[in-house]
Amino acid sequence: MEWETVIGLEIHAQLSTQSKIFSGASTAYGAEPNTQACAVDLGLPGVLPVLNREAVRMAVKFGLAIGAPIAPRSIFARKNYFYPDLPKGYQISQYELPVVGRGQVDIELEDGQTRTIGVTRAHLEEDAGKSLHEDYHGMTGVDLNRAGTPLLEIVSEPDMRSAREAVAYMKKIHALVRYLEICDGNMQEGSFRCDANVSVRRKGTEKFGTRTEIKNLNSFRFLERAIHFEVERQIDILEGGGAVVQETRLFDPDKGETRSMRSKEEANDYRYFPDPDLLPLDIEPAFIEQVRGSLPELPDEKKHRFMNDHGLSAYDAGVLTASREMAEYFEQVAAAVEGQAKLAANWVMGELTGALNRESREITDSPVSAEALGGLLRRIQDNTISGKIAKEVFEAMWAGEGDADQVIEGKGLKQITDTGAIEQVIDQVIADNPSQLEQYRSGKDKLFGFFVGQVMKRTGGKANPAQVNDLLKQKLS
Amino acid sequence: MSLSQEQVQKIAHLARLGVEAQALDTYARTLSDILDFVEQMDGVDTEGVEPMAHPLELSQRLRADVPTETDQRAHFQDIAPAVEDGLYLVPRVIE
Amino acid sequence: MHHKTLAELAAALGDGKVSSVELTEHFLRRIESLDHRLNSLITVTGEQALETARAADAARARGEAGPLTGVPIVHKDIFCTEGVRTSCASRMLDNFISPYDAGVVERFKAVGCPVLGKTNMDEFAMGSSNETSDYGPVNNPWDTQRVPGGSSGGSAAAVAARLAPGATGTDTGGSIRQPAALTGITGLKPTYGRVSRWGMIAFASSLDQGGPMARTAEDCGLMLNVMAGFDERDSTSLERPAEDFNARLNTTLKGLKIGLPREFFGEGMDPGVARVIDEAIDFYKKLGADFVEVALPHSGLSVPVYYVVAPAECSSNLARFDGVRYGYRCEDPKDLMDLYMRSRGEGFGPEVQRRIMVGTYALSAGYFDAYYLKAQKIRRLIADDFRQAFGQVDVILAPTTPTTAFRLGEKTADPVTMYLSDIYTIAVNLAGLPAMSLPAGFSEGLPVGMQLIGNYFDEARLLGVAHQYQRGTEWHQMAPAGFE
Repeated sequence: MEWETVIGLEIHAQLSTQSKIFSGASTAYGAEPNTQACAVDLGLPGVLPVLNREAVRMAVKFGLAIGAPIAPRSIFARKNYFYPDLPKGYQISQYELPVVGRGQVDIELEDGQTRTIGVTRAHLEEDAGKSLHEDYHGMTGVDLNRAGTPLLEIVSEPDMRSAREAVAYMKKIHALVRYLEICDGNMQEGSFRCDANVSVRRKGTEKFGTRTEIKNLNSFRFLERAIHFEVERQIDILEGGGAVVQETRLFDPDKGETRSMRSKEEANDYRYFPDPDLLPLDIEPAFIEQVRGSLPELPDEKKHRFMNDHGLSAYDAGVLTASREMAEYFEQVAAAVEGQAKLAANWVMGELTGALNRESREITDSPVSAEALGGLLRRIQDNTISGKIAKEVFEAMWAGEGDADQVIEGKGLKQITDTGAIEQVIDQVIADNPSQLEQYRSGKDKLFGFFVGQVMKRTGGKANPAQVNDLLKQKLS
Repeated sequence: MSLSQEQVQKIAHLARLGVEAQALDTYARTLSDILDFVEQMDGVDTEGVEPMAHPLELSQRLRADVPTETDQRAHFQDIAPAVEDGLYLVPRVIE
Repeated sequence: MHHKTLAELAAALGDGKVSSVELTEHFLRRIESLDHRLNSLITVTGEQALETARAADAARARGEAGPLTGVPIVHKDIFCTEGVRTSCASRMLDNFISPYDAGVVERFKAVGCPVLGKTNMDEFAMGSSNETSDYGPVNNPWDTQRVPGGSSGGSAAAVAARLAPGATGTDTGGSIRQPAALTGITGLKPTYGRVSRWGMIAFASSLDQGGPMARTAEDCGLMLNVMAGFDERDSTSLERPAEDFNARLNTTLKGLKIGLPREFFGEGMDPGVARVIDEAIDFYKKLGADFVEVALPHSGLSVPVYYVVAPAECSSNLARFDGVRYGYRCEDPKDLMDLYMRSRGEGFGPEVQRRIMVGTYALSAGYFDAYYLKAQKIRRLIADDFRQAFGQVDVILAPTTPTTAFRLGEKTADPVTMYLSDIYTIAVNLAGLPAMSLPAGFSEGLPVGMQLIGNYFDEARLLGVAHQYQRGTEWHQMAPAGFE
């Protein structure tokens, strides 16, 4: 029996405002518990919310970036439920009339295909606090610093058909909010997280299967693993003749499995209704146009520009624009070696990304700056060093041994381009390997590589490879 | 609309109100009376009428994004029933 | 001294005939000797009041006094007062020492009004008789066997008994006007948004409005001049230029068009009340006002609509009282659910719980459209009725309540009967209009209130219409026996 997976994501992006969505408390991360929970955040009797303009601006920015309509009038509603990290007993959110309407994003899959994923809506809401489960004499501690932090909840259509697509979509939204500078995207601190709605159905059927909602996934990897596990679990149930229960589940990264959330066991009845403390949010066309004017170049636009201006492949352009930082880094390097964008692309995607991954570093704290890498590639471009030597220089630069010129100078890695000097070495190699010479001349063309290797070896890799090729061809014929 | 004691119990639970068993009967009766009373609304034709959530037709005012609040934890926690290490304590939450 | 109005006391302070400390001491002594008969105050804040009075006298000596500097008042215990218990007459908040001041409280502080204490009220302002208070009922000074009305019953009784020259109140469905009527004082509910709701513990956010309660319209205007004004902390606060609400006290009523809503003069009105209102109408005719009958065809539904909208909002507004951050917490909760269920079950009284349940039900899945949405639609029809009426008339005149003060316990067993005592006041809250109640006479020894309803932002005109009545009548000067 063939099964098809259906996935929809609800992404929560914390908006990087200075103050909270409905109060003047700071949103800075990592403060002592409850020191950034003001009277409004604590839900003291008699307090009232006032909406943060910047949060609205950021939501509009996102809406424009996904081609969605911005609601001229949207409404804040109360979602009522009791939980210790929810001080007022309700969360202020948007229900019937969200600020951002329907939009879409394209995701690239590894096979080079593009898929369009629908974004149903995006709405503003407030974050809850945090429950700390360390033992306080059998009690739970509640920290409300995070309560009231602005969130943009981005709800997708159930358009994804695999964990990979879900991850690609989440990465796309992640890149987008960072390009827009509306969310720092820090997943460890919980600034960017998602709930995944997962169901399976028999291939070819239209009707969706019963879904489960996996809560609070705060890494791409967890998203992928959680979906894999959940899909298997659901298929096992269905193939065993059982029925999937619609419920909220939690992913345990240590065990690699999802489990039912006991605290959410009861069927919730959130009793949404318009928040009478807040008036309708009216957004004027002028405000929208002002925000539109402030939009940066977006990933898809940048990607197309990279393809057109730099002649990069769709794949390379996609990788390089996956994050704003990576794109900016690439553009600086490419500017240093004008006309050789492909060289810059290969180095950023190859050596640099490899080194970063090895040490789990972000590109923003790479030991080799874009300027330094540009300097290195300029030395390849002007034939000071070969590409191979450049890798050695790069390693040294990574280790903090100076810039490209300093390393080349210090280690004597400057390329030999003097024809006479190269000829001298070639002559010696030919003289030392008479039998190989004979075999080559009797038609064993493959041995050409052997001679190149020998010359490079004797010059410590410093001989200009193109010149070595040309001269060898002359001498061997 | 007549509410049973079970329905009252369900509503009370949703509202997190621990209602004593002997009070259920009175609540069932008075809540039913109130619901009967408000059912007069059914007789009104409200076709095409926009619900009115606010008395005044105004738009939400927006605040500048500036942190204005200072730490008042000690002051606020003076009146809290149970705190430790700056945290509010509640019976263990199981997820 | 205590028979003087707020305006007269302010003048006496200005002329140096009395000091704020003397005044404050005088009213504190009255509270001490008389309030045991009324139970109008939950908390008396004598020391703080005297401290403010001394500062007020000093400010006056420096020439820095405003119109009400040094005039003592009382606050309804729904307004948060920093460092002072703010109970909302609930066991839930019996231990709640507010860490901050309400906007209204700040404004009276800034002016230098000594606060004698916090007044009793229906629990969380839910009631029409002041009998739902966890601190016991308030007695009506005109007959201590009767209720003073509610929910601002303590404020009304304190002013009527001359324990304070002015009081703050709040009005969600009549909670200023109805007790003002039943105790023979003057009370004003301003246009929704005039008075900041910051720090005013919410019952039903889209209906709640703070306002003054005093002996005369002029006094109410003086207090409203302090209370009203934009507050950036309240999203529903009106941004309007400052206004002297007493600017039109002496405007002639010649040619004034007064509307009489026929729906307010129908069945259920006590004949004694009807007689008093008829006399008031005659009085206004003599002053040159013209009367026109107006129709408010949907007003009959205002009580059912209100008893959906207000409980719905309250069920959510009162969810914050969960025993976690402040307020009542049950003993030894065995788990989280137990903490919620018992803290709320033990902390709230029966009427509050009843309304939370009605609201929870009205908002719950499957019932939302039939109750909440339906009510909000009819609410618009009710507001539209008023809009049409104010196309024809300048003010609307009606009784404030269908009857005079009823006996303690008379209506407690039957919530719906109790709710109907607000039948003439509730429509105004649903529409957000300003309205006031002023004493218009007596029926069988009990005060009768006349209600004046104005168009949006028309408080100054209302106060003028009321003042012209009070210039020619003496009902507002009558003091209840035993409290002279």
